[in-house]
Amino acid sequence: MTATDSPVLTADGTPLKASLRRALRREKARAFLLVSPLLLFVLMTFIAPIADMLFRSVENGIVHDTIPRTVQALRNWDPGESEVPGDDVFEAFYTDMVFAVERKSHTRLGSRLNYERTGLASLFRKSGRRVGTFDTKDYADAFNMLDPAWNDPATWDMLAESEAASLPHTASAYATWLGVVLADGGDPLEEEPWDVLYAALYSDLMQAPAGGFENPLLDDAQSAATGFEPVSLREQFGAIDEDWLDPQVWRTIQTYAARYTPGYFLNSVDLKLTADGVQYRDEGDRIYILLFGRTLYMSLVITISCILLGYPVAFLLANLPLRTANILMILVLLPFWTSLLVRTSSWKVLLQQQGVINDILVALRIVDDASRLVLINNQTGTIIAMTHILLPFMILPLYSVMKTIPPAYVRAAKSLGATDWTAFWRVYFPNSVPGIGAGSVLVFILAIGYYITPELVGGTRGVFISNRIAYHISSSLNWGLAAALGTILLFAVLILYWTYDKIVGIDNVKLGG
Amino acid sequence: MKLKKTVLAAAALTLAVGPTAVSAQLADDITLVSWGGAYQKSQHRAYVEPYIADNPEVTAVWDESSYEAVAKLRAMNEAGNVTWDLVDVVASDAIRLCDEGLAMEIDHDELLAPAPDGTTASEDFGNLIVSDCFIPQIVYSTTFGYRTDMVGSTPPTDVCAVFDLEMYPGKRSLEKRPINNMEWALICDGVPKADVYDVLETDEGQARAFAKLDTIKDDVIWWSAGADTPQLLADGEVVIGSTYNGRLFSVIEEQNQPVGMLWDAQVFDLDGWIIPAGLSEDRLARAKDFVRFATDTQRLADQAKYISYGPARMSSAPLVGMHADLGIDMAPHMPTDPENAKNTFLYNYEWWADYRDDLDAKFQAWLAQ
Repeated sequence: MTATDSPVLTADGTPLKASLRRALRREKARAFLLVSPLLLFVLMTFIAPIADMLFRSVENGIVHDTIPRTVQALRNWDPGESEVPGDDVFEAFYTDMVFAVERKSHTRLGSRLNYERTGLASLFRKSGRRVGTFDTKDYADAFNMLDPAWNDPATWDMLAESEAASLPHTASAYATWLGVVLADGGDPLEEEPWDVLYAALYSDLMQAPAGGFENPLLDDAQSAATGFEPVSLREQFGAIDEDWLDPQVWRTIQTYAARYTPGYFLNSVDLKLTADGVQYRDEGDRIYILLFGRTLYMSLVITISCILLGYPVAFLLANLPLRTANILMILVLLPFWTSLLVRTSSWKVLLQQQGVINDILVALRIVDDASRLVLINNQTGTIIAMTHILLPFMILPLYSVMKTIPPAYVRAAKSLGATDWTAFWRVYFPNSVPGIGAGSVLVFILAIGYYITPELVGGTRGVFISNRIAYHISSSLNWGLAAALGTILLFAVLILYWTYDKIVGIDNVKLGG
Repeated sequence: MKLKKTVLAAAALTLAVGPTAVSAQLADDITLVSWGGAYQKSQHRAYVEPYIADNPEVTAVWDESSYEAVAKLRAMNEAGNVTWDLVDVVASDAIRLCDEGLAMEIDHDELLAPAPDGTTASEDFGNLIVSDCFIPQIVYSTTFGYRTDMVGSTPPTDVCAVFDLEMYPGKRSLEKRPINNMEWALICDGVPKADVYDVLETDEGQARAFAKLDTIKDDVIWWSAGADTPQLLADGEVVIGSTYNGRLFSVIEEQNQPVGMLWDAQVFDLDGWIIPAGLSEDRLARAKDFVRFATDTQRLADQAKYISYGPARMSSAPLVGMHADLGIDMAPHMPTDPENAKNTFLYNYEWWADYRDDLDAKFQAWLAQ
């Protein structure tokens, strides 16, 4: 072995490479530990909520979780073949509803489905009140008359285990029943079996081949059951409300049975998911595309107004003597520190028809008293108020960029014979463009998500998409739709950001220095 | 056997958590959620102050979140940490919360005090119990106020004055949602009151209501906060506008603005308590104890001393007295006073619970056009 082949060793005899790697690893771990609080914070407060929002915009487990048997039974229903689903669907739905009512989840499902079809909220609420008093009680009475053993939960428990294969509905209904009774704090051994179990048993017995049971209890029950007066669950539901006999109701449930649905996203772009595929919403219902377009358009107008108003102010700030500039700076920052609501409300006082601005204009006889200007509760109001509120976000980055432009550049241009305008336009302005870029990105992205100011001064034509998102979060509780709208807004911003990067280059954006 | 095993497991579980769960003590803190402003103040003076005088160990905290109570309760419920004990909501929100399983269903007769003459609570509240979770508290109405100095010598007496631009030119303010506005539009388009919801259920009926609203659309300022219309009236921005009757009372009687009350076709609505689902036992016990006290006949009548909303109990009506600070008789300012309630309209909760999502989308689309 020659010296060149052997690894370089450190003083303590370990190879230099390993030692170095260990040291580096320690460094990395330390660095990671230092950033980990921030990383954790960002993960918890930023990444996780966004991931949750993305998930909610497609999540639709409620139908499957509340009425699993019905969802299963509806898979075999072909709306083309029969007007109304068959008895198996109604039987499954009855079982599901009884347990859903007990868990108080049926009304929740009703309000979920009401987003897709008006009237389902009250249909579920109404049916919930009546589903416990169906004629299936007759089955219970008949079976109990036949053999008192049926009144003992132990019988059901035994059968649910030993005959699970031949009594599938009974076994599954029993399992859910047991869960519901225990969750309620009841003792299943003391509880009288509910009508729904007897209905499931009846259905199982009638479907099984005659004489197919070895268990004498079941064999007796089966031969007796053939003589029972059958209870049509379809009629029972039809008696609550004839909407249950409307195939459209069942098609809606079938359409939204999946655990994940594109429905919310389709709603966000004025489409709807129906049993016949994706369709346009009615003319009178379309609103989201309009609002998205308006949000983008008005944010753009606000950004441009901010550039036009902010640029001269930032220029003054950067070029005046320090003492004067500081006073000006305070004038910029004071409103920045004032509450958003206060500033918005002051704009109301100023802009309304009986407000300060109109009063002055009338007093100066510029405007006739009868035709006062409408400056608020429309787009003008939103643009004025939001431009004012977002102006500091334009001025501050502009100022910090202008501060770094050496005055010598303009002087040099002038000494070479440029006019004031040429020196500004050809020399100063190009140097300040990164500030415009930074300010515009800030203002535009803030504007696109604004909601309180448009709500207060926007009237009907000055509101943004965020106002609808807020409505769906706090009033209609349609969080799925709110999440889908939010997701679209998020991706719209990301796409705009990407385009901006491609065209202007994000490296050209400077917040200072 | 499966059942035995499950029962044994459940029994073991009960034993394990038993000692902590059985304590039926009352919590010393109660968090009440309400709307803030004069209304919350009236609740504080009529219910909380006397309750704390009787139970000095209790600390009551107010949270002014009723406006977004439904969304917040849902979020709390998902997070498994409900921090509110009693929430004041309008009836339609109570129905929503009940539907969502976020509010507790209650037995009104068991929970609430009977009237002094022994009438059960459910009879005393009557049909105001619009949901199994809802404990009615007040009847308020959404109605119109007008500038007395801007209507000349013919003050409006009919709700259709809102749609009469010739007689009453100028801006009007309406709430930025379909509820109430659609009904008023149909009534003023000649639909009998009893048929309003039947008509509104059809596409033609909705088109008809929108067409009527179209006639004044350019002259409407749409409000979303209850304080907007009183402010707009006081500023002379609108000649007539809808808002809650208590707000108008305060503009007229407390602030002495030249505003008149138009009670015609006022729409009755209800406000009351719900108990959130999932409270711990001691907090639930406290909430129940408080709500029983706060909704008895005398307490509900007391609230009317501070604000012009009608008590929800029939037995409270004769006990309504003078305004606590102004010293004026409150009965004539109640929306339920026979003189004011000559022509009223009852808001149909069930109907709106169904049609709200659909009509709201249409309404917003109509507004945006």
